[in-house]
Amino acid sequence: MFRKTAGHKVGLALVGLLVLAGCSKSEKPDLLSQSTVNNATRVEPGSERDFIVNVGDRIYFLVDQTTLTPEGMETLSRQAQWLNQYPNVTIQVEGHADERGTREYNIALSARRSTATREFLISQGVSAQRIATLAYGKERPVALCDAESCWAQNRRAVTAITGGASPG
Amino acid sequence: MRLTQTGAAGLSLAVLQRLCAGLLVCIGLSLPAHAVLEVDINRGQVDPIPIALPNFSGADTQSQQYGVDITTIIGNNLERSGLFRPLPQNSYLQQLPDFNAQPQFVDWQTIQARALVTGQAVLLGDGRLRADFRLWDVYGQSQILGLQFVTTQKNWRRIGHLIADAIYKAMTGEEGYFDSRIVYVAESGPKNQRKKVLTIMDQDGFNVRALTSGNDLVLTPRFSPTSQEITYMSFAGGRPRVYLYNIDTRQREVVGEFPNMSFSPRFSPDGQRVIMSLQEGSNSNIYEMDLRTRRLRQLTNTAAIDTAPSYSQDGRRIVFESDRDGGQQIYVMNSDGSGQQRISFGRGRYSTPVWSPRGDNIAFTRFGGGRFSIGVMRPDGSGERILTEGFHNEGPTWSPNGRVIMFFRDSGGENGGAKMYSVDLTGYNERPVPTPTFASDPAWSPLLR
Repeated sequence: MFRKTAGHKVGLALVGLLVLAGCSKSEKPDLLSQSTVNNATRVEPGSERDFIVNVGDRIYFLVDQTTLTPEGMETLSRQAQWLNQYPNVTIQVEGHADERGTREYNIALSARRSTATREFLISQGVSAQRIATLAYGKERPVALCDAESCWAQNRRAVTAITGGASPG
Repeated sequence: MRLTQTGAAGLSLAVLQRLCAGLLVCIGLSLPAHAVLEVDINRGQVDPIPIALPNFSGADTQSQQYGVDITTIIGNNLERSGLFRPLPQNSYLQQLPDFNAQPQFVDWQTIQARALVTGQAVLLGDGRLRADFRLWDVYGQSQILGLQFVTTQKNWRRIGHLIADAIYKAMTGEEGYFDSRIVYVAESGPKNQRKKVLTIMDQDGFNVRALTSGNDLVLTPRFSPTSQEITYMSFAGGRPRVYLYNIDTRQREVVGEFPNMSFSPRFSPDGQRVIMSLQEGSNSNIYEMDLRTRRLRQLTNTAAIDTAPSYSQDGRRIVFESDRDGGQQIYVMNSDGSGQQRISFGRGRYSTPVWSPRGDNIAFTRFGGGRFSIGVMRPDGSGERILTEGFHNEGPTWSPNGRVIMFFRDSGGENGGAKMYSVDLTGYNERPVPTPTFASDPAWSPLLR
């Protein structure tokens, strides 16, 4: 069910850092600073890793909300720009809900989030054919504590690359 | 099939009941009299009725062991219902009353048993197992019920459940629920990559059996009211869709091909239709699929999330949740989609409504003040009662007699997970439901046939 790609592992590692960095104060964890990562390893432009590290593969939502936040729109604009630069890349937008909701509703809610994300990318010129969606409901949290700081990270839409990216 | 009189107690034998799918034969050892010792189960907290259950006797070691094991199942079922208090066997003044003789009632009155069950297990020449039992009114000094069950040895646990159901019915006036099963989602592995396996077990937690491999995420299984079929949602192939699964044949099929995700399925009372949500962009609406013709009918059409539909027991109405007025609330409609009307107006959000098999109540999950509760209300929204409240309770399902509600409770925390519980309709007698792993999304089967 879960894609077992290098990029996915990188994504999880980043989330781990984000939890440490952003948990205490801000509702929306900040993106890891680019320099930290760039210093660690070189990132191949047009690669999945490039997308995750330099563009940002996920956006966050407020409690029970499916409207995009200003920060979310900024990230999605960067995503659209990158996707327009690499037109062979195809993506799947995965919607998620936090665990403070019932199962069926959260599935539908996360579908709304992935749909809102997809529509925004389309509005920024990304072809609809390149964007699949998947709604996970509350089934795949990334942050596991029983606090708003964690739930905030779980209310997300993650843009996963499904094909066409450069290796590396 | 007719048996000859063997008892000395002047009990007439009459063929009474059903042939249970060729496996279980049930024969009356007397016509059931009225429930002399009625337990008033409509009161809030009941005083459980003291009942004596000496081990069923057996002519040889093997049948004696069956006798002990069957007696244990009966006792556990009755005790877990909260309506009976099986008396400890070491208090009995008679250990093995002769099955065919009148008990010495005074010995059972002395230990304050109000009812007594006597029985025997018999291995038949063809290898099948027979269990005979009699239920006695200790103070009225008369037999309330006498029945005989025959089955293959493999099915021996069901004899215990069927006898417990017969005792429950004779003493409460309502159908029992012990000869039934639970389908649920067994959970294992780390919380951020939880493995979920569709699993079935007897209602008392025995005979646990996995139905899926765990490779695909599976959610919200629901029993057919009329057959050994379940409907559920699976993420197989990365396409979340509603499936049907036949427990006996292990055949699996997709309910239908739709442009987007299908989810939150449930059978109609006749088992011929499935209602579910279909996602359409940002919205989800409720549709009904006729399983014979595969014809699809749209029942709701709003710019909202309409989901978790559940039929009334007569199939004429449907209860569901919707966020059309803002947060999640409960609505009812006619089964053709007409007459949609909100029924929940309390504080908080109301979701996962399930119509009772008796028709008189709707169970739901409520979220408010950071806490998740399980409650019931009448179909017109009146008489709301919360049965349990805490960090996270979700997903009620009804016992086949509409008396007991099972749900899951998530403890939260990084290493926490969901476990299942049952609670009486009155809110009393909350019990954990034993499962080998974390467990969620319980669905109670109808009585087995």
